[in-house]
This record gives sequence, structure tokens and C-alpha cells, in this order.
Amino acid sequence: MLHDRDRIFTNLYGFHDWKLEGARDRGDWDQTGDFIKQGREWICDQVKASGLRGRGGAGFPTGLKWTFMPPEDRRDGRPHYLVVNADESEPGTCKDRDIMRHDPHKLVEGSLIAGAAMGAHVGYIYIRGEFILEAERLNDAIAEAYDAGLLGKNAAGSGWDFDLYVHRGAGAYICGEETALLESLEGKKGQPRLKPPFPANAGLYGCPTTVNNVETIAVVPTILRRGPEWFAGIGRDDKNTGTKVFCISGHVNNPCNVEEEMGISLRELIDTHAGGVRGGWDNLLAVIPGGSSVPCLPADVCHDLPMDFDSLMGLKSGLGTAAVIVMDKSTDIVKAISRISKFYMHESCGQCTPCREGTGWMWRVMERLVTGDAEIGEIDLLEDVSKQVEGHTICALGDAAAWPIQGLIRHFRPELERRINERKQAA
Amino acid sequence: MTDKITFTLDGQPVEAAPGESIWQVAQRHEVAIPHLCWSDTPGYRADGNCRACMVEVEGERVLAASCIRTPTDGMVVKSGSERATKARDMVFEMLLADQPQQADSHDPESRLWDWSHRIGRTDSRLPSRETPATDSSHPAMAVNLDACIHCNLCVRACREVQVNDVIGMAGRGHEAKIVFDMDDPMGVSTCVACGECVQACPTGALMPANLLDAAGKRTEFADEQVHSVCPYCGVGCQVTFNVKDGELLYVDGRDGPANESRLCVKGRFGFDYIHHAHRLTTPLIRREGVPKDAYTDMDPSRPLDYFREASWEEALDVAATGLRDIRDQSGSGALAGFGSAKGSNEEAYLFQKLVRAGFGTNNVDHCTRLCHASSVAALMQMIGSGAVTAPFTACEDSDLMIVIGANPTENHPVAATFFKQSAKRGAELIVMDPRGQALKRHAAHMLQFKPGSDVAMLNALLNVIITEELYDRQYVEAQTMGFEQLRDHVADFTPEEMSKICGIDPDTLRTVARKYARAEKAIIFWGMGISQHVHGTDNARCLIDLALITGQIGRPGTGLHPLRGQNNVQGASDAGLIPMFYPDYQLVDDGETRTRFEEAWGIELDPNRGLTVVEIVNAIIAGDIRGMYIMGENPAMSDPDTNHAREALAKLDHLVVQDLFLTETAFHADVILPASAWPEKSGTVTNTNRQVQIGRPALSPPGEAQQDWWIIQEIAQRIGLDWAYGGPADVFAEMATLMPSFANITWDRLERESAVTYPCDAPDQPGNEIVFGEGFPTESGRAQLATAIPQPPGEVPDDDYPMVLTTGRQLEHWHTGAMTRRAATLDAIEPEAAASLSPTDLQRMGIAAGDTVRVETRRGAIELAAKVDTAVPTGMIFIPFCFAEAPANMLTNPQLDPDGKIPEFKFCAARVEKAAATAAAAE
Repeated sequence: MLHDRDRIFTNLYGFHDWKLEGARDRGDWDQTGDFIKQGREWICDQVKASGLRGRGGAGFPTGLKWTFMPPEDRRDGRPHYLVVNADESEPGTCKDRDIMRHDPHKLVEGSLIAGAAMGAHVGYIYIRGEFILEAERLNDAIAEAYDAGLLGKNAAGSGWDFDLYVHRGAGAYICGEETALLESLEGKKGQPRLKPPFPANAGLYGCPTTVNNVETIAVVPTILRRGPEWFAGIGRDDKNTGTKVFCISGHVNNPCNVEEEMGISLRELIDTHAGGVRGGWDNLLAVIPGGSSVPCLPADVCHDLPMDFDSLMGLKSGLGTAAVIVMDKSTDIVKAISRISKFYMHESCGQCTPCREGTGWMWRVMERLVTGDAEIGEIDLLEDVSKQVEGHTICALGDAAAWPIQGLIRHFRPELERRINERKQAA
Repeated sequence: MTDKITFTLDGQPVEAAPGESIWQVAQRHEVAIPHLCWSDTPGYRADGNCRACMVEVEGERVLAASCIRTPTDGMVVKSGSERATKARDMVFEMLLADQPQQADSHDPESRLWDWSHRIGRTDSRLPSRETPATDSSHPAMAVNLDACIHCNLCVRACREVQVNDVIGMAGRGHEAKIVFDMDDPMGVSTCVACGECVQACPTGALMPANLLDAAGKRTEFADEQVHSVCPYCGVGCQVTFNVKDGELLYVDGRDGPANESRLCVKGRFGFDYIHHAHRLTTPLIRREGVPKDAYTDMDPSRPLDYFREASWEEALDVAATGLRDIRDQSGSGALAGFGSAKGSNEEAYLFQKLVRAGFGTNNVDHCTRLCHASSVAALMQMIGSGAVTAPFTACEDSDLMIVIGANPTENHPVAATFFKQSAKRGAELIVMDPRGQALKRHAAHMLQFKPGSDVAMLNALLNVIITEELYDRQYVEAQTMGFEQLRDHVADFTPEEMSKICGIDPDTLRTVARKYARAEKAIIFWGMGISQHVHGTDNARCLIDLALITGQIGRPGTGLHPLRGQNNVQGASDAGLIPMFYPDYQLVDDGETRTRFEEAWGIELDPNRGLTVVEIVNAIIAGDIRGMYIMGENPAMSDPDTNHAREALAKLDHLVVQDLFLTETAFHADVILPASAWPEKSGTVTNTNRQVQIGRPALSPPGEAQQDWWIIQEIAQRIGLDWAYGGPADVFAEMATLMPSFANITWDRLERESAVTYPCDAPDQPGNEIVFGEGFPTESGRAQLATAIPQPPGEVPDDDYPMVLTTGRQLEHWHTGAMTRRAATLDAIEPEAAASLSPTDLQRMGIAAGDTVRVETRRGAIELAAKVDTAVPTGMIFIPFCFAEAPANMLTNPQLDPDGKIPEFKFCAARVEKAAATAAAAE
């Protein structure tokens, strides 16, 4: 359980002023310039020591990622860019949205610090097109920051020049994939790039670029202010540290966003903050613990389930964006996963074969499995195809389409077979 | 070489060059990796989207696309691991799910089916989706998207290789699909039918329409492939003729130095003229009593109405006797010959040798006179060489390109692809032309100056460069002569003053001049818009001055490049098909040179320069020339003031025409000798880049039609020459002994290498593409700067003829249309003669697009459809000269440039009105 004193997002619910004055009251923009004056290396070291891992889903160590940007003595004349991925679109996930509309200065301040830490004088926040209020608030916050000397030349008295721009997306989920996002930001059709080269070598306009999630950037100022040891002291172990905003949705009595300690148990999370599973814990069928792309977990493994990166990976699922989708026993789990399949089919960019062809084909089979209008052998074929999509596509959307299906087959194969058999008998 | 990357491929240590992909290294080591979206063709970047080439890289979580992934030192790659093979298998299974069955597929021999057999996956467990319908709206290409695998190759072909930007990938995910423009049918889109997409498509979704049956299934397969060169423009694209049962089935682009596998609509879809019913297949002799006059009109499908068939023996005897008798009665000067830039170097050489040694005169010329004669005159005068100083592909290194008086997307389409690519890469493109054009879209500046004001505009550029001291002082001092005169001459031609004449504002003139002068590497391309004027030589002189004073010559990315028109106009000129030059531009009136040729040819030669094309026509009218031999030229269509030219042809006592068809020129012939088309013959041609390339015969001439070199030799033997060439190779060998430019180029070498650029320093060295880095082939070794005074065109608009008529070509048709009007696809795309006018003029005259108009000049009148064209400025009419039913050259002005002797095709005074029939119908 996270103590109130350890909360970073103290205005997550928008009870207080989101503007600069309110943000300052909450401690934001304090010592910012001094942190930057300590240099790129110092900031990166602090972030590394905090154990912060990317909050966008992949969980890559943030400090390490920043050090991939060319250091000052190896700059080749190209500008560096920070890009904040605010294209939050993963079904079930709505944490960045609350951060941006209720606490935008955390993100603005974090962008300045992160930009300085990677040698970038320019940052772009690529925000989901549907987030209208959020884009307005961010722009307002940025304007306030410019007016207060916190952005622009000698931002926050740091000696570092930094400009920050908000760019609105146009409604494609794929633009949340970091290289598709960069393509879109450059004004092109949002299609993922082949890697390598990775953005730190050739990103936006071919220049060294780092793309980070909103939450990742927004927690950095507090980490610097309270010290990396404080952040590292929260969590389950030294690889799964800090606080995390969970988005609890589905069959709970009180769906909510809540900032909690990394590694909190699923049951405690749901019972404490979401009013428990609808109809009681025993009515739980399954959870999708990290947004629609991660494999679901059946109720029997959920009881003591620690909600962190490595624990969930150990169960062949993932923390993802920490969007916990709770399903009680009234749920048609096959239909639910089929709907997720349809989402990924719809959002596939169509560039590479396994994803373009595979997502559509998998959804069509899923639709038949919902009614049982299939052969038993098709379950294996479906799993086989999903394994051939996974890891063979240009970006991770193929993986995201494959995992929910693999989770279903892994945990609910009897249910799939039952439907097929029943339908056969009826016929 | 350093920087080699060592890695392990399937257990073997291998080396990669920097930038080389895993697939390319594997290919070198004969490790076959399937691939669909990757095309191992120049100009195609890897895209890595199909995932058919996935390989496993040790230590990496995901598989890598070998087509795009470059190895790093120590990498361990497994191309055949179980995981990789299985992934590739699944890719094929997914793609085959939506394909038609192989037996019913559009192309059962496509690369997709080839690879699917090679990896042993020809069926799919996955169900298929509904299939899109066929799009058969285009005359040349069939679109069957049910076979499309979304590999993007056609998109890259259209957008990146040919830079036409027609094909795009619309939609997302499952809904992704290939579209033309805004999802229009291909036939009504802005597609220019280059067919690059068809050549790139790995599945048969895009196919030449003529290979498919009514059900859309491919029924036609070639049984032979022959490598040759395209016979249309001066670009000199290498092609592969795909032949079946003595018929040319389809044509592919081949990786030649000038085209890198690209072609245009003519080169790909314009070959069925050789099988056209109009082809002449027997020698013909004019029937008694068939009259000859300027207005003779014949039906080319019924030659026997006017001519009778003859044996070769009889026809050759009649042809030769007629020529010999005139020579013997009226002297050598009463004979003349027109050779052709459409034939081979060997044919051109034989033809000029026949006229010089057999007829005894230098009255031999060809269409170069109508094309770049003025450019060559200026180049010879100033830098001592008439050819280009750099190939057009040099623009790949340029920072700035000037294209002036040329419309390459229509007339040199494949060269234009290189210009467009360079512009996309970031080189600045400056287009100068009175008429708008497609390249404008890629240009930083479009200078649409007043027609005929070239010298004024170019002098202003020279003025800026000199007065602002932007010229390359060191280069000028070391390499040129006459700078002071030029400086003094252009001093008065300020941008302000010249702006009044050329219509371009002074600021733009200054900006362009500065950019050209300051560019690190700049190159100039020009075409007939420069040369076909009474001041054509002056136009060219100004361009050469520009390059010389700025030192934009002789280095990579710099140079002067007159874009040559005909496939072999460079070669035919080099071979001496010019009245004042022996082969290699050796002067006929230079005693020493003449002696050398007299010794080589064993006969006394005429010491006087001969007459040029238009001069010959005038000499016929004057009664000085009585007999002619015309091989493969059509002056009755191509000469200015064709009524006059036709009158001359009709007046000849004896005219021998050697051609494929009953051309407008052949209407006046006494004897017609049926010749061979380019795909039927063996020979060399020289393109605009000075690349000598070899053509190989794919077919036999139809009926009794004969090889042109053979016909010329037979005539030669009958007028007293003892020629005994065994074939083109013998002729080439003789040429090489007389032409220093052919040093180190042999027939054998051409057979082996297909193309060699001259000049070439050694038999095992590639030729020199960029010349004059160190001095010029002039007596002093320096270039001579020249001056030019702006002069008005030969005939300026007045009250009676208030508009400017300009002529030219269009993409689908070649010159006088003898070939392309008989190519079904090309004539289907552009079937009708039309005069292009600005919307403003049409509206002013109350003429609607499609109405028949009468265009009249002091020389004649034609009627044709009006076409609205926003590229044409007000006050101008543009008419292509390929349409026999409305020959534009009936209208053009035959006045000549004094140096180049080229007529002013690009400018004459004209008037337009609604045709009588249309006007009457409207009332």
C-alpha cells in the first residue's frame, strides 16, 4: 500500500487547481533549473538509480534509454529530440489522460528535464487526437511555462534552451507505436519503421530521438526532488520500483485510476480502490492485467498476484500499461477476446504481411470460436498462426494481436472445445 | 578495402561490404532466401514489409528481414533455421489464401508462384476473402488486385523510381489497397503508362494486358529473350525483347547505363508497329501513269494501287540505274541522300560512304539538321566537340540542374526520371521554357519566358554573374579565351533591360544566376526549344558561356548536355551523315583529311561541302538536284513548310525510298525498298550520353524485306563500288579505323558488355563519362567564349497572324508517327491530332475543347481538334507534328539559323479560327 505522502500525482482526480500556481503549490517547478545545471550525466544517473522503467508498456529502464542518445562529446551536429508519446489508445488505459488534464505541469517540467538529460533543445508531445481538453490544458500549461520563463531560452534559469510543442494525432492507434508516431509527426502516413536503426540513432527527421511515455516523463521531477533512493524504496524489489498509476475497469464496483505501489497484489488493488469485484472475489473469472494486448489470467492465479513487470511476465502475461480489466463470471471470455482481436485487425497499418493478413484471419476464426462453429483442430491452427505473427512483424502490433489469443487458448481451451462440441451435438 | 564486416551466415564466415544487406551477401554466396517485396533491381530500396525473407539472428528476440537488415561484425545469422523457415512458410500460406489457384492465376509463372514452389508451400489452410474485380480500363495494362500481396513494389516503382506519383497505398490494415490517383480506374488516372509497375509486380496483379485471355489468365509466354536497345529516343534504354513464334510479345527494361531497367510507354508498349499490316514486304516500283505532285495522297494499306511488286533484282537495278544515270548525265551534284538517325551506326556510315564515294557528292544529311545542328555548331565552335560533356545521369551528383527548352517527361521520359529523383534528393531544379510542363512540379524556379527571347534571358544571367563577380576567375583564366569581349558584350544586358524582352522579372533572373554560379555542381540540359530557332546557335552559345565562366563543366555533377532526340542521332552524326563532315567530324574541305579518306576508300572525293536538308529541298525546286536516295526519313512530314518539301520530292526525276511503310515521303518514290525494323537487326547505336550500345536481332524481317546494310551495299555495287561487307561487324571494324572516338571499342567488346562509353582509354577500361576536366580538344586547348545579340524570330506575329505556333512531340508518339501511329496501344492512348491552346484564348475565341479548329500560317492551313492546355501561355498554339491527317509542318517556317542551318520549328506567326464545318454547325 502506498502512503499518501509518497504519492506523486496529488491532483490525479482534479480536485485542485491544474494551473501553474496550483502546480507550484504541489511542489512542481521547484529546483528545476538546479537539477539541469548538474548536467546530463547526473540526471541520467539519478533516473537510473531510481529504477524507473518505461510506463508505456514495455518497461525498459528509462535512465539507460536516455544514455543511448549521443553524449555531448560525440554529437555530430544533428539536433536531438525528445518526443513524448501521449497517444494513449490502448483499450483499458486512461492514466496519461488524467495526468495531462489534471496535472499538466508535471509533464511539462518533466519534458524540460528529460530534454536536457538527452541534449535536446526541442520536445514534441504527440497527443491522441481525441484528447481535446487535454491538448488544450497542455497548451495552456506550456504557455504559462513560457510566460514564467520555465520554457524557452534559459528555461527555468537552467542555462538550457528548450522549446516544447504539442502535436495532435489524427486517430490512428498505430501512431502510438514510437516509429509510426515519428512518421506521423513528420507529416507522413503513420506506419512503423523497420528497426534498426533505432530512434536514438535516427529518429525524428533522421536525428537522435528518444520517445517516452507521459507517465514516465511526469514522474522524473519528483524523483529528482525526493531522490532516487526514495523512489527505489517503493515497490516489490529493485527491478520493480516506484509508484504506478493503475487503471481499473470492467466488473468492479468502482472503476478508477489510482496511483499505487509497484507490486501491490491484484486483490488488494481491486478491493481497496475499486470496491471489489462485482459479486465478490469468488465471482472473478479472469483479468487482463496490463491493457488489451497482454494475455489474460484466470481467477485461480489472481489471488496473490503481485502487479509488477517481472511477476506478470513470469506468468506469461505482462504489466503493460497497468490497465487492469476485470471480468466476472458473467463474461463471455471468448467474445471478449474476439472483440480485442477485431480491434487489432482494425488498427493494423497493413504494411507487413503477418499482421495485415494474420490479424484479420485470427479475428475471423475467433468469431467462429465464439459460436463454436469451428473444428477442434482449428484451435491449434489458430495458436500456430498467432505464434507466426508474434515476433515476425515490423512492429509490436503483431505481438499485441497474438498475445490475447494465446492467453485465451492457454487458460480457456476447455471452454473453446466445449462450445465446438456442443454445437456439433446440436447439429 | 577496409570496413569489411565479418559475420557468420549458416555457419560459414562471410564478409559484407558496408551497406550490403544480409540478403545480398547470401545471394553472393548462393544461399537462396525467398523474397517478394524486395526487388534486386537498381533504384528499388528494400522495404522489409512482406516478411518472406526473415532470418534468425542469434541473440535477438524477433526475426530480421534479411533484405533490409545489414549485418554487424560478429553477427550470427541462420537463414534456414526452423523458426525462420516456419515464419516464411506462414507468410506464403497467408498470401496464398487470397490468391487465385495457380492454374487459374493471372500469372502462373509469377515470382510469387516461383518462390512458393521453391519453398514447397503452394496451398493454404486459411480461408480466402472476397476478391476485388478486374480493372481493364487501360489499353496496355490489366489490374487484377485479387493477386495483389501489398508488397508496395508498384508504389515504389511509381513514386520513387519513375517519380510519377500515381500509385498509392490507400486504406489501412486489411483494407489497404493499391489505388491510382484518388482511387480512379487506371485508364482514366494520370498514369503515363511507363509500365514500371508491371515490371516490378511479383504476382501478376499488374500485367501487360496483351498477355492475358478474356478471363484474365495469362496465356502468352515467351520462348526467347533477346537483349537490345530501344529504337525511340536518344536516351538509349536497354531492353529485352520477349519473343514467341516470330512475334514480339512484350518488352522488359534491362539494366543499361542510361536506364537502369526503366522504360517509358513507347519503349515498353510501342513495338507492335513491326507486325502492322502496313509493313512493306516486297520491293515496289511505281506504276506507269501514277502522277507525282505535292498533294499526292495514298492509302498506306493499299500500296499495290500505286506500285507494282518487283523482284529485289529488278528493284535494285531500277533504283541504282536511275541514280547512276543522273550522276553520269548531270554530275554528282545532281544527287543527294538522306540517311537516318533511326538506323545503326553501321548503316549511317555505309550510307554516307555510298553518297560520298558512289554518288560523288557531299550532299548527304539527316534529321540531326532539324534537331541539334545548332547546338553542335556552337559546341564545335566553342569547345571543339559536339557531344555532351557528361551523361544525363551525372545529375545524380548535381546540386542544381537547369532544364531549358526541353520537355523531358514527354520526350526523354527515362532521363526525366533521373532529374526528378535528383530533385527529390534535394538538388535544385530550374526549368526554363515558354510552355509549362510536368517537371515544373519538381522545380524550385519555373521561368516561363516569352517565346524566342532565349538570348535576352540568358544574356541577363551572364550579366549578373559577371557584374557580381560570381564567375570562376581561376577557371576562366586557365581554360577559356574571350572573356573580356564577353564581359563587355553583356555589360548592357542588365536584368532590368532584358526583363522587358523575356518577361521574367529581374529579381528572379538575379536569383537564378546567383544560384547557378554559386552551386558547387550544376549541370545544364537543353532540347529543341533552344536549337530550333533562327538564333538556335546563339541560344546554345549563351548556355555554353554560362557553364564556362562558372567552371560548371568537366567535373562530376556538372556539364553541358543537349538531350539528343533520335535513338542514334549522336551515332549517325559521328558516322558522318552530315554534309560538311566525314566520320568523327573531320572536315570534308580539309585537304589532308580528304586525302586520308580517299586513300581509305580508294576513290576520289568531292572537295566541297554538301547541302543540308532544307538546302537540298530548295536545290530540287531550283532544278539542281534531280535524284535522291532516302533511307528511313520522312521529310514530307518532318521538314518545315512541308508543302514546299513535298513539291520538291514530287519534282525529282528519280526517288528511291527505303522504309518500313508507305510513308508520306514514299508517296513520291519511284522505287520503294522494304527495309528491316530495329528489332530485326544487328547493329550499334550511340545515345545522348555517348554510350555505344549493341542491338541484337530478335526477329526476321517480314516477307522479302531485307537488312538495310545489305540494301545499301547492293545499290553501291550497282553504281560501281566493289563493296563486300559480310555484315555490320565488318562495317564497324572499318569505322573504327577511321574514327578515333571508337578507339578501344570493338564489336566483340560490345557483344560482351552491351554498352561502352566513348572516349575510352583502354580495351579493359570503362569509357570516360565526364570529359574536359583538363582542357578542350581545340587548337589552343582552351574553350572559346562567344557572344550573342538578341534577335527576333524569323517571323513575328502581326495583325493577320497574331499568335505564335510552336511544334514538338508528345509522350506517346514518335516524330512523324510512322511507327507509333501503327502501335496499337500508343495510338489508343493518343489517337487524334489536337492543337493545344490556353483556356483564355479558347474562351476569347468562343471555341470549346474538342471543337475542330483551323490553324493557318503563311504557308498553309490544317484542321484539327482544339485541346485546352493550361501549360500553354496565352497567344500560343502547340501542335505535335506526328499526325499525317493534320501535319503541323505544313505550317512551320523554313527559315534557317545561319550557322546550324536548322529551321525555326519552334516559332512562327499563325492564326486560329473555328473550322468552317464547326462554325456552320453552330449557326
